[in-house]
Formats: sequence, structure tokens, C-alpha cells
Amino acid sequence: MSDLTKLSIAAARDGLKAGDFSARELTAAHITAMAASKPLNAFITETPEVAVDAATASDARRARGEAGKLEGIPLAIKDLFCTKDVLTTAASHILDGFNPRYESTVTSNLWAEGAVMLGKANLDEFAMGSSNETSYYGNVVNPWRRQGDNRDLVPGGSSGGSASAVASFSAMGATGTDTGGSIRQPASFTGIVGMKPTYGRCSRWGVVAFASSLDQPGPMARSVRDTAIMLEAMAGFDPKDSTSVNMPVPNFEAALTGDIRGLKIGIPKEYRLEGMSEEIGALWQQGIDWMKAAGAEIIDISLPHTKYALPAYYIIAPAEASSNLARYDGVRFGLRVEGKDMNDMYASTRGEGFGAEVKRRLLIGTYALSAGYYDAYYLKAQKVRSRIAEDFKQAYLSVDAILTPTAPSAAFGFGEKGDDPLEMYLNDVFTVPASLAGLPGISVPAGLSKDGLPLGLQLLGRPFDEETVFRAAGVLEEAAAFTAVPADWWRG
Amino acid sequence: MSLDKAAVAKVANLARIRIEEKDLEPMAAELNNILGWVEQLGEVDTDNVEPMTSVADMRLRWRADAVTDGGYVEDVVANAPSREDGFFAVPKVIE
Repeated sequence: MSDLTKLSIAAARDGLKAGDFSARELTAAHITAMAASKPLNAFITETPEVAVDAATASDARRARGEAGKLEGIPLAIKDLFCTKDVLTTAASHILDGFNPRYESTVTSNLWAEGAVMLGKANLDEFAMGSSNETSYYGNVVNPWRRQGDNRDLVPGGSSGGSASAVASFSAMGATGTDTGGSIRQPASFTGIVGMKPTYGRCSRWGVVAFASSLDQPGPMARSVRDTAIMLEAMAGFDPKDSTSVNMPVPNFEAALTGDIRGLKIGIPKEYRLEGMSEEIGALWQQGIDWMKAAGAEIIDISLPHTKYALPAYYIIAPAEASSNLARYDGVRFGLRVEGKDMNDMYASTRGEGFGAEVKRRLLIGTYALSAGYYDAYYLKAQKVRSRIAEDFKQAYLSVDAILTPTAPSAAFGFGEKGDDPLEMYLNDVFTVPASLAGLPGISVPAGLSKDGLPLGLQLLGRPFDEETVFRAAGVLEEAAAFTAVPADWWRG
Repeated sequence: MSLDKAAVAKVANLARIRIEEKDLEPMAAELNNILGWVEQLGEVDTDNVEPMTSVADMRLRWRADAVTDGGYVEDVVANAPSREDGFFAVPKVIE
């Protein structure tokens, strides 16, 4: 039998349906690949027993003629999703030993459609990071390396473990969450597809909260079609999430018509950053040419407040985090460090339990919300956010989608951007504006850097118009014909 | 606006995060670096602009104020570092 891990989700679905192989065989192949990928540190917790049981149940369901949309497909789950009776860490020391007694809505939806969990994927602590260097469980390593160079590179973040697992063929797909680019940027760094749906499309219930007005779960996989199949299974109205939107979930896969003739695609001039690397600029131009050749109409647009998105984000997200993370108090779950009284216990627990980047953001957020500074920082940032959202609203009067690079660079080395947090924050310069506006966006691998590393292009759409995003992404994917895969050095 | 060591200690106390004395100064520098960068938001004209509180043009849903679920004491306290008889146990707060 050929290597089952190299199949796409769509092909595996067809193979399972035709009886070419069983869910148990497909899962066993991925358990072996996952075990061999240990040097990448993509998983915090591997759950091979859970996977075998789920695959066995999946084969039984199929035999009864009850196959779901992801029947028998093995996935990695970002360790930010609560999974019943399976350790859930958010990659933080402060959640030591936390075994949720409930299942997140998104993962419940996946299991209801027959998907199989391989394990819990590593991430930046509480999803705060762009390189997966802040995890309490250690760095995740990118399967890709520069040509002729055997130094390890970051996989991007915060969904770095999810990205690395999918890019290394350890999982067919993975869940991610995107607050400011945490699905799209690691997808770009690892040569896979990552889709952030419209805010409200996927339920946040049971997802460890970072910044509630921005957090949005989404799929990561090796093709646009595979992410479309996954999103359809993940999405849906959930009364338990107050910002979940009650709208029918379309058949996203059916949106992949391959036809974008007459589609209006906007190119925002503000994304042409001063000092932008030549190869990113060239890739973007290549993407524009591909879309034009496919019959799309290219329109120059302006999103005038783009440069203020990052600073607004770095007030809003930390402010919401400081409120959300107040729950880690050493009382209800996770780590407790004893102290001489209650306050001392809180301060010791949180001082020891949170890593440096999380502390930095919680202090910024607490400061931005504190008496006397609330108007100057938080309220001001929320007003700037309105103007950024208004920019997009204006743009969408004349275009159907927007094409930009996903990230300002290819994957970089460990510690290369460690000294100055601001330099790290700039990784998200192209992804944060759409996060603030709540818009759907996808990163599609579009080419290789001069060092042989993958580079992604991003397509953004109107709210709840993931179908157009998928349709355009499918055309982009076909034009780019990105077939490069990393050499599997980690198998030793 | 610039944070000094004492201000950082105050914010850390508000956030209930222990920061060692020797770390206050470097933390102040890091926070000031970030806050200095954020100052550019002042360039944006936000007169008569409403703060954005919702991504989609929607209101938060209302629901009946009714008990719809419950009775999971064991599940609720299952992950507590310290518990007694179905309660969370904490250090003594009243002398």
C-alpha cells in the first residue's frame, strides 16, 4: 500500500468510501508518522489509544452506512481546545494537569462527523506569539529548512504545532485558532493552507480564551479543498457562544468552482510596506498576474488606517487577555503555588505559572484598562478599530476579495527575533487588520523563497463570504501549483 | 505617559502577578517600549467615532434567565488543586 499519510483529506475520504483501506489503517499510518516526528515537538500530548478507538468506531459506523463528512480522518487538535478527559494545557505551566470535564463545541462537531483525534498540538503559551517560542512545553520546529543549511527554523505561531504536524504529514489536518494571524502566518511558514473564518462562524465555546472579540477557530490542511471540507464540519451556530452567528453553514467544498471570471480583487496600496523584501513583492505581483490570467479584475484600493492596526491590536488583545486570564488563580484548576495568604497565593501562582510573554501582555492589558488610562488606551484603540473596519467596508463596495502577502518574510531561526517584542509583533502586520475587522482570510502556499522556504499569499473576503474566499483561493492554488514538500530529515 | 518601577509594581499587583524586584526595571523598559509605539494611535482622528464593540452588525442575543443545566458539582471541582466536600478550598481569608 502506498503511504497513506501523503493523501489529501479529499482523497482519503474517497479511498475510505471505496474500501481501499480502513480508518484503522489510515490512523495507524498517522500514529507511526506522529511518533517519528518527535524532533519537531509538534504535539504536547499524543493520544494514540484514543485515535485507535475512534478509528475502530469509525469503521463500524461506515459499515452501518453512517459515514460523516470527516469519517475516519485523523486530525491534530490545537491544545487550546478543551477535550474531555484529555490533558488541555494552552501550552502554559499554569494549566498543569487540567483534564476538562467537557468537550469544546468545535471538536464535538468534528467527532460527530467522524474525525479521529491523534493528539493535542503544541502552540505559543495561551496563543500569544508568532513563532511558537513561548510554549512551556518547548519550541515547535518547522519541518522546512533553508537549502543547504541544517539549522532549525520556527514554524510560526501561535498554531505552530498544528502547522508542523500537517506539514510533516503526521496529521491530515489540524484545528487552529486565529486571534491576529495565528492560523494564517504559521500556514505560510510551513507551506500549508490555513483558513480563518469570519468571527462568529465557529463556536469559541470550550476554546481557552485569549482575546474574546478576536479569537476564531479555523482549519489547517494541505489543500484549499481540505480546509473547505474541515470548516464545514467545524462551523455552525452554538447557543453556548454569545457571539456565535445563527446562519446556515454552506457547502464550502461546492464553492470551489475554479471560475473567478469577473471577480473583483482589490490590491491595497498600504500593504506595500517600505522596505518590503523583494521576493515578497515579486510573489505578490505573481499572485496578481495569476488572478488576472484567470479572468479576475484587479482593482487598486486603499485601506488608509492599515498602519494603526498593529498598535491597536496590541492594546485590545492584551486588555481582553488580562480580563480572560484572571480566572487562573490557583483555585479552580491547574497550578497552585501556596502563599502566606490569599493574595500571596494568587501572585505566586500567576508569577510562576505564566511565561514572560504572557506576563508582559497581561501587564500591558491591565495598565490599559486601569483607572485613568482606559480612555487613552483601550477606548482609543477600539475607536481606531472602528476606522479600520470602516476601511474594509468601503473597499468591499468596489471589490469582492483582497489579495496580499500573508507574512513579511519566510520562516526564521530560533532567537532571531527574540530581543525586541515589537520586531516579533511585525510578523502579523498583514494578518491583524482583517482580525480586527472580523473578516475571513486564507493563506495559500504560493512559492518558495530564494532559500527554498515556502511563502504564502493571503486572500480576504467579506463577512460570512468564505465561499468567495475559497473559490479565489482554489484558483490561486491551482495557478501556483505548489508541490514542494520538506525533506523528512526528522525521521533520522 | 511613561511607567516607572513603582508604576510597574502597582500594575503587577493589580494583575496579581509576582514580579521580582530585580525584574521591575527591565519590565518597565519593555512596557514603555510597547506603549511608546502605541502612542501613534493619537494620530488617528477618532472624533465622533464609536468604539467597535461587535464585529458583525449584530446585537448580543438575549435568552431567558432560566436554569437549563446543572448538578455537576463533581465535574466543577474535579480539577481544583484543593477541594473539600464539593467546595473549592482556599487559604483562610478571615481571621
